[in-house]
Amino acid sequence: MALASKDLLGIQGMTADEIGLILDTASSFKDVSERDIKKVPSLRGKTVINLFYEASTRTRTSFELAGKRLSADVLNIATSTSSVAKGETLLDTARNIEAMKCDILILRHFCSGAPEFLASRLTSSIINGGDGFHEHPTQALLDMYTIREKRGRIEGLTVTIVGDIAHSRVARSNIYGLNTMGAEIRICGPATMMPRDIERLGAKKYHDMDQAVEGADVIMMLRLQLERQATGLFPGVREYARLYGLSRERLSRAKQDALVMHPGPINRGVEISSDVADGTSVILDQVTNGVAVRMAVMFLLSGGAKGD
Amino acid sequence: MNILIQNGRVVDPANAIDEALDLLVSDGTIARFGKAGTIKPAGAQVVDAKGKVVVPGLLDMHVHLREPGSEYKETISTGTAAAKAGGFTSVCSMPNTNPVNDSRSVTEFILSQAQREAVARVFPIGAITKGSRGAELAEIGELYDAGCVAITDDGKPVMNGAMMRRAMEYATIFDIPVISHCEDMSLAGKGVMNEGFVSTELGLNGIPGAAEEVMVARDVALAEFVGCRLHIAHVSSAGSVRVIREAKQRGIKVTAETCPHYFSLTEEAVRGYNTLAKMNPPLRTAEDRGAIRDGLRDGTLDVIATDHAPHGMDEKSVEFDYAPFGIVGLETAVGLTLKLVNEGVLTFEGAVRALSLNPAKALTINKGTLSVGADADITIIDLDQEWVVDASQFKSKSRNTPFGGWKLKGRAMETIVGGVL
Amino acid sequence: MSMKEKALILDKAGIDRALTRIAHEILEKNKGAKDLALIGIQRGGVHLANRLADKIKGIEGVTAPVGSLDITMYRDDLATRTSQPVPKTTEITFDVQGKEIILVDDVFFTGRTIRAALNSIMDYGRPQRIQLAVLVDRGHRELPIRADFIGKNLPTSSQEQVEVMLAEDGVDEKVVIVEE
Repeated sequence: MALASKDLLGIQGMTADEIGLILDTASSFKDVSERDIKKVPSLRGKTVINLFYEASTRTRTSFELAGKRLSADVLNIATSTSSVAKGETLLDTARNIEAMKCDILILRHFCSGAPEFLASRLTSSIINGGDGFHEHPTQALLDMYTIREKRGRIEGLTVTIVGDIAHSRVARSNIYGLNTMGAEIRICGPATMMPRDIERLGAKKYHDMDQAVEGADVIMMLRLQLERQATGLFPGVREYARLYGLSRERLSRAKQDALVMHPGPINRGVEISSDVADGTSVILDQVTNGVAVRMAVMFLLSGGAKGD
Repeated sequence: MNILIQNGRVVDPANAIDEALDLLVSDGTIARFGKAGTIKPAGAQVVDAKGKVVVPGLLDMHVHLREPGSEYKETISTGTAAAKAGGFTSVCSMPNTNPVNDSRSVTEFILSQAQREAVARVFPIGAITKGSRGAELAEIGELYDAGCVAITDDGKPVMNGAMMRRAMEYATIFDIPVISHCEDMSLAGKGVMNEGFVSTELGLNGIPGAAEEVMVARDVALAEFVGCRLHIAHVSSAGSVRVIREAKQRGIKVTAETCPHYFSLTEEAVRGYNTLAKMNPPLRTAEDRGAIRDGLRDGTLDVIATDHAPHGMDEKSVEFDYAPFGIVGLETAVGLTLKLVNEGVLTFEGAVRALSLNPAKALTINKGTLSVGADADITIIDLDQEWVVDASQFKSKSRNTPFGGWKLKGRAMETIVGGVL
Repeated sequence: MSMKEKALILDKAGIDRALTRIAHEILEKNKGAKDLALIGIQRGGVHLANRLADKIKGIEGVTAPVGSLDITMYRDDLATRTSQPVPKTTEITFDVQGKEIILVDDVFFTGRTIRAALNSIMDYGRPQRIQLAVLVDRGHRELPIRADFIGKNLPTSSQEQVEVMLAEDGVDEKVVIVEE
């Protein structure tokens, strides 16, 4: 069994078998990170480039460690300015990188669709490291891995995703993946943060968080971008925390052993209270599993004659 | 020089003609009609239009010729060549050039350049405000005097309602229409496509239909209050059609255009982050497309214009957010409009009206008819020819069309401008 | 492609006898079971390692630890395969440092698997020594590697395949040569 594409652009369209393959492969790679010598030679001689147009310490570090633990040569190119401002187009930048013979290009970009744009024009494998508010496939995979690791299954679980759904690629990728794996999904947030027709992706919409977390197996909190207050998406942090923050009291409405997840970085006291974040949450397990999942993805994408 | 167009079916809505007639062009004007074989002038060049339809030269009232300023996208020469290839004998050039056509000197440049290089007629449209910045009125009287047939800040709305009101009032002095690009900028925000299910899925910022509709409603209310002639550009949404329909029923002097892409495509075309389907206003839903077709059918939408907006392929080969809005349209409009005729949305006569007589009336320019004595601007259309859109064959300098590879039936075979083949 | 059985090499009893002999040889060569640990290569090698450990316990009364090793991540042919195998579990719960490791595999062929296994074990620590025990040695080595304990030497052609079927996998136990 192999992945259908040379790239990992999104979870949308992936089959349960493909997701299962990545998660199964990730468990083997998780063991590697727990050894003294945290390295296997699988990608020896391969070149992996992190091309990040959007700052992100966590995701870049995770991809970088994943590549290095697979023995690939990993290079980071971080550019906070847009390609337009720099005077070179994304395509030209990427073609230059490819000309230096790179095997896997991880692209993080604030424009939705940028990885797809490159994937159709380059022969390297493109991994979407998060694009705009479209998809963040490796985040959803590590979330699913963590759920499966903690609960033994995904199918039949109720997962509540809370926050700015409209501007969240994490939410979209998780909605696709969790649906495919048979979970029931609830999304919750203020009406200003709900994109049009989101229910059509297969999620039940809530504005009342108490209802949304009632009996949930998993609660996935999204990071609130505080600067969105200026665009009228929410009136202020105080009200947001009151209506959509996860407190211990609110958590008690969920299943007793409910998993609390967050893609990070967290705004303590805004979307999640410190006692919940530090107490029962699995936020750090997510981070650990991120490396394993990214190793699995690179491993699976680098095998095989291209275009199979 | 004389041209005899023989054996064709002549369709001229202005004169309620739809029959097999021969047509004689003499010295650049339409000289006479006659039953097939009855006109036998000596030394006339003969055009055999057997099996074809002879219609008034088509007029596209919404074209971006890009000259002056962006000659790498299009020039007056290449733009009018594209027009001619697509069956248009006249085009209106939008003022968002660089510099903006907000003064006599720019208008005169366009007209003199057209005189030298154009193969179709060019009717300049002037800006409403200086630099189309929305802050001060342009010298509309001078623009009118120099040859502008209408005013618009197309590409941008006039966001300030009071400014729009003053422009409308001022335009009544010259009895020229104010063409409104209806878009509430605050609602459109950073939007790059229609706001709906597809934008949700693609994670792109949306432009709601309401951003267009509130401005259509505003301008209709202002036009009624002021009593000016209002023309709504590129109508894309069902709500706009409803507002315009109601305005017309109430006798407000409003005309409206839509473009082939709004009756041919929906937001689904954006999938895959296809920058060739990025235009403003954006492609909308199937429901909106249906409403646009209904609007054409019942005459709410008078005009089909292309909003021909050439851009270099390099400019479109970027992230979707960064790609410029707009597509070329001159060379596909006739084929796409005839598709509507074949699908029964429009009669052929209705299609000819929307592409010639109605825009001429909206602009009150003496075009869109085959009346004897009129300029010999004539388009000969082969309704049966099947062809595949191939952007590499375009006369336009730009190739940014979402219709590449489309199979269309019917195209202009001959475009005669002022009696010149 | 359907494979057909060409020759029976070892039956259940034959396999058992070979393992018994190997267990004795291991103990003899290592002068007992001190510091002995077995590591089986997934999958067949793991079953064989467990059986050898049982036999060693029966003979010597000492329980040698058994680990399992998956060499997928250490293969040298990832880029040329059309699809990636899902790595199976590697479970080495004991410290390999200073151990006398008996690496166990079912069929010894080109030597590439053993090369990968050696690299992998080294990433867990530094054993005192690694010896190799195989049930069948079919030849065709591509690397300078040899086995210390061999159940059966079996000359084969490179078109042939040797299949070791073990009861742990729920099949009739035997070693056969198959061919297209």
